[in-house]
Amino acid sequence: MVELIAKSACDGLLPKTIGSLTLSEAAPEAITSVTPFRGQEAAVSEALKAQIGAAWPAPNRMTGRAGARVVFSGRGQAFVLGPRIAPIAGAALSDQTDAWASVELSGTGAADALARLVPIDLRPGVFRQGHCARTLIFHMPGLVMHTGQDRYGLMVFRSMARTLVHDLESAMEAIAARG
Amino acid sequence: MRITCPICGARDSREFSYRGAALALQRPAPDAGDDAWADYVHLRENPAGDTRELWYHEGGCGAWIVVTRNTVTHEVRSAELAAEVAR
Amino acid sequence: MRVNGKGLIDRSAPVGFTFDGVRYDGFEGDTVASALLANDIRLVGRSFKYHRPRGVLTAGSEEPNALITVGRGAEAEPNTRATVQEVFEGLEAVSQNRWPSLGLDLMAVNDLAAPFLGAGFYYKTFMWPRAFWEKLYEPVIRRAAGLGALSGLPNTDRYERAWAHCDLLVIGAGPAGLMAALVAARAGLDVILADEDARMGGRLLAETHAVAGKPGHGWVAEVLAELSSMENVRLMPRTTVTGAYDGGTYGALERVGHHRPRDDARRPRECFWRIVTRRAILCAGAIERPVAFRNNDRPGVMTAGAVRAYLNRWGVAPGRTVTVFGNNDDAHRTARDLVAAGVHVAAVIDSRPGVTLEGFRVISGAEVCNASGAKALESITIRHQGREEKIATDCLAMSGGWNPSVHLTCHMNGRPTWAGDILSFVPSPGAIPGMDVAGACNGAFSTAACLREGAEAALRAAEALGKRAAMPDLPLAEDDPYRIAPLWHVPGKGRAWLDFQNDVTVKDVKQAAVENFRSVEHMKRYTTQGMATDQGKNSNVAALAVLADATGRGIPETGTTTFRPPYVPVSIAAMGAGAEGPGFAPQRFTTSHKAATERGAPMIEAGLWYRPSYFPAPGETTWRQACDREVAMVRNAVGICDVSTLGKIDIQGPDAAQLLDFVYTNTFSTLAQGRVRYGLMLREDGFVMDDGTTARLGEQHYVMTTTTAAAGLVMKHLEFVHQCLRPDWDLSMISVTEAWAQFAVAGPKSRELLNGLLDQPIDDATWPFMSCGKIAVQGIEGRLFRISFSGEHAYEIAVPARYGDSLFRLLVARAEGMGGGLYGMEALNVLRIEKGHITHAEIHGRTTAFDIGMGRMVSQKKDCIGKTMSERPGLMDPERERLVGLRPVGAVRQILAGAHLFNEGDAAVRVNDQGYVTSTCFSPTLGDTLALAFLKRGPERYGEKVRMVDHARGVETLCEVVNPVFFDPEGGRVRG
Ligand SMILES: [Zn+2]
Repeated sequence: MVELIAKSACDGLLPKTIGSLTLSEAAPEAITSVTPFRGQEAAVSEALKAQIGAAWPAPNRMTGRAGARVVFSGRGQAFVLGPRIAPIAGAALSDQTDAWASVELSGTGAADALARLVPIDLRPGVFRQGHCARTLIFHMPGLVMHTGQDRYGLMVFRSMARTLVHDLESAMEAIAARG
Repeated sequence: MRITCPICGARDSREFSYRGAALALQRPAPDAGDDAWADYVHLRENPAGDTRELWYHEGGCGAWIVVTRNTVTHEVRSAELAAEVAR
Repeated sequence: MRVNGKGLIDRSAPVGFTFDGVRYDGFEGDTVASALLANDIRLVGRSFKYHRPRGVLTAGSEEPNALITVGRGAEAEPNTRATVQEVFEGLEAVSQNRWPSLGLDLMAVNDLAAPFLGAGFYYKTFMWPRAFWEKLYEPVIRRAAGLGALSGLPNTDRYERAWAHCDLLVIGAGPAGLMAALVAARAGLDVILADEDARMGGRLLAETHAVAGKPGHGWVAEVLAELSSMENVRLMPRTTVTGAYDGGTYGALERVGHHRPRDDARRPRECFWRIVTRRAILCAGAIERPVAFRNNDRPGVMTAGAVRAYLNRWGVAPGRTVTVFGNNDDAHRTARDLVAAGVHVAAVIDSRPGVTLEGFRVISGAEVCNASGAKALESITIRHQGREEKIATDCLAMSGGWNPSVHLTCHMNGRPTWAGDILSFVPSPGAIPGMDVAGACNGAFSTAACLREGAEAALRAAEALGKRAAMPDLPLAEDDPYRIAPLWHVPGKGRAWLDFQNDVTVKDVKQAAVENFRSVEHMKRYTTQGMATDQGKNSNVAALAVLADATGRGIPETGTTTFRPPYVPVSIAAMGAGAEGPGFAPQRFTTSHKAATERGAPMIEAGLWYRPSYFPAPGETTWRQACDREVAMVRNAVGICDVSTLGKIDIQGPDAAQLLDFVYTNTFSTLAQGRVRYGLMLREDGFVMDDGTTARLGEQHYVMTTTTAAAGLVMKHLEFVHQCLRPDWDLSMISVTEAWAQFAVAGPKSRELLNGLLDQPIDDATWPFMSCGKIAVQGIEGRLFRISFSGEHAYEIAVPARYGDSLFRLLVARAEGMGGGLYGMEALNVLRIEKGHITHAEIHGRTTAFDIGMGRMVSQKKDCIGKTMSERPGLMDPERERLVGLRPVGAVRQILAGAHLFNEGDAAVRVNDQGYVTSTCFSPTLGDTLALAFLKRGPERYGEKVRMVDHARGVETLCEVVNPVFFDPEGGRVRG
């Protein structure tokens, strides 16, 4: 009898600690994209609240808490990062769990390291905790989330996991070497 | 250059890719005739001044955006969601 | 020579460094220039063209002469300005552009040939014979002229790029910049203060006058202490703002590693910053200009402000007997400071009549007309009341006045304005949107004026950003008037230097005018004035004054050349930092990558993806052997291939079917659930964009497959069609490419293999050709598509990507147990050519549905993208080059992609061109070379013979035109 063995996107690549910064894999249990159909935004928000206790997020924002978040992920679209959700009438759902490499960068200077790769304004007073952005992570389209003090969640396409780790590692090293 | 995506806010232009004149929104009817189609597919104004053009927020939210931009000063005057302009 | 009791260097921290192999001592806080001057080293380099001996001219980043190479081997950095390079223990510096040594430079013979090497010399002299230019003249000139040389070795250093955002960027931390930053920061603005110096303070570090009753540097220290204690302030020393760009974006180069030993390989040498700000204040100060007179480039001739800076900041007297020469009051400060420090001042020569000063000899209404001394200044000659007098001096501090550093205000096409009172250009207001200008770079030269302008600009910035700010009590500071009279060039014989770095003299500029290069832009290019790495920072204004004079115009009407970014040289390594090696572009790896590399498969790049080319088996020595075996395996047993890289787009919603009908030439609304259909997509101009299969998973649910190369393009296209053309359609699209690991299982034994794995076995009735649906493997839910690119009975099985590696290994093991195995891109290509299936080699952007024999796939019952334009007569012309197959019929069996086709008997020249080959392979199945090609009237010419001619590789092959489906044209095999 054979068995299929699951491997995570960053299998064998993480964690890494360089200086004050730590990079670790942080894959949620499931990633589900939710796109409400026309006029269904309110109903979908209610359904999400009922299922995981988090409402539909405004652009560049996330709702909920660690382990059950709804994260703005694009025009008219959000990702549920957390438990698998049941179908929602009035929304297109797509299982994105395996489509992403999800990592967490944490530690003093995390925003400085990200500023090596991410073009958006990461000042803590501007990109606050609970904010997120679809933006670039060096050359890769990605999703950046400010999840806590000196703590950021980053997502890129799964196939780019190695490049993500490489790019972040370079940025972390540069920060550490400045001393 | 910076473009203010109506959804994401002000972003560096490297997050966007450029398509060309916003004329692309005005697709002629199939029977509009050769001239209308040739104009639509091939002919573009080249103004020294304000121009309306389509950008795609490829490194962002995925919205198509109509940007009004001055080709002389490079000033980006406005950005609207193409889906709303087209409606 | 060090002067006791002077300078801001740390005399308790000596550091040793070498220059041309000789060890010297300096102190922490020294630059290489100040340390060399302290050690009485006057000769530091040779000039670009004439190999003239040169010394330090300035004390800043504008330095044209004192260029050195720092470090050695791959680490060597040529053209480093000694006036910017800080000393540190172990620093190795060498001089440039000399052979065999700095003291004895044989190329100095160029200086004797000077009459022949003036402006336009190359253009005129080396015209003939033409062939000599490349072979003789240019190499000789290149060897003789130049600055530092690159090591030629790969750069192993790290560089960095980063973003910063703020409310206010203050450029320059002199009195104006410090005051601006302080006022803005106190008002609560997020401030970045960037200064190119290692130590902030600007001229306040180089002058002796008091600010708020304290030494200037003391006031600076207080302000910096307050600024560094504020959360909303970021101080960026060693950071030169290099460019002003659209939308409040600025480029800046930070020197991160240049001032310390390489003790950490991870530390970047430089960081190139992109600073995005809402407002900016330029406080870049001013640059002193030399006076052009005969031999004014002798080592020891320096700008007066630099001499003062070396004395006051670095505690160095650049000479034992200094003479001051100027046309303005500021120059007098140099004499005063030197005398106060106990340095002998031979005389002050002021070109203006009637100047009187106490404390030293003043020669008013006089000019310096020559300088003497071979490798260092020994004396000058002055002209006074018609008489000449020689004065022994080893340092001349000269000042032709100060040029505000307007450069950044010109980066968006702004033109500076001539200010007659200070004889210089000042920024034109509003030249850069959101940028204000304050202090010396605005033509306000006194310390009091700088402080006031800085504060006022900060108030304006705060107001513009809706913050309240109060005008502070300005510290008391000198407010001396700046008085100046024109003096650009002292007339006389010999060569008077303007552009030291490019060896341009007054004579050259005059010659340009004589030859009618009267426009300042023409003069610049003819003489190369301002075209060296310093961009003529201290010479451009004087050069155009000379040009104005020579052409009988005023300076304002003569105008300036255009200042462009970068303000100082930026290494390409910094601009492209991180984008080398694995950082060049994202690398996309499939879930089977590890297993494939374990098998020794060479990878080829397909877009950003890495895909296996072939899988060498023991004993195989060429790729062809592997490829032939893999093809036979698929045709006879079963092959496994990772096809996860193909784009997959999930499309859902009430209008999903409508969208597909609109973007594909054929119809998808009629596709049954659980079925798959091949689709062709056009661009709006009627040419083919992409092809692929789309499966209907539910009433309102499709999954579209694109080619690997066009996945991103198609996604963007679909979003364009939806958002821009059909915004009212209700549907959702998202890429699911990465969610699935998908493998082709192809060959007569494919179903047998799958039935050994799937939880529920399949058969022809439940899974006919072009069907799809859910399956499970060991309880893991996946999808199965019965589709075929190889022409065999084949499937694609998809599981969530996390199981990709595991399923792949399982499939391979099973396949190998059945006489099959892995196949790579080479075999895939052969299999599809045998079947006449197209790829982007055929749909390369210039072919239509008609050309590829799919004209009938453009449905006549509906509109679709590209339909109208595809029906243009020219695109339906039977004469067009259309898809055919080719097989060799003569002795030569080689067909080459890219080769062109000609009729038998026609010369192989362009006018006779009949078409071209797009794909070719050796088919082990048919035992012969096959090719796909585009040929005029192609499908009407089956059976005809054409010549394939490859001029580049010298191959000619006689071919027969055949149906492009070479193998199993009835398609019986796919139905198993
Ligand atoms: Zn956006």
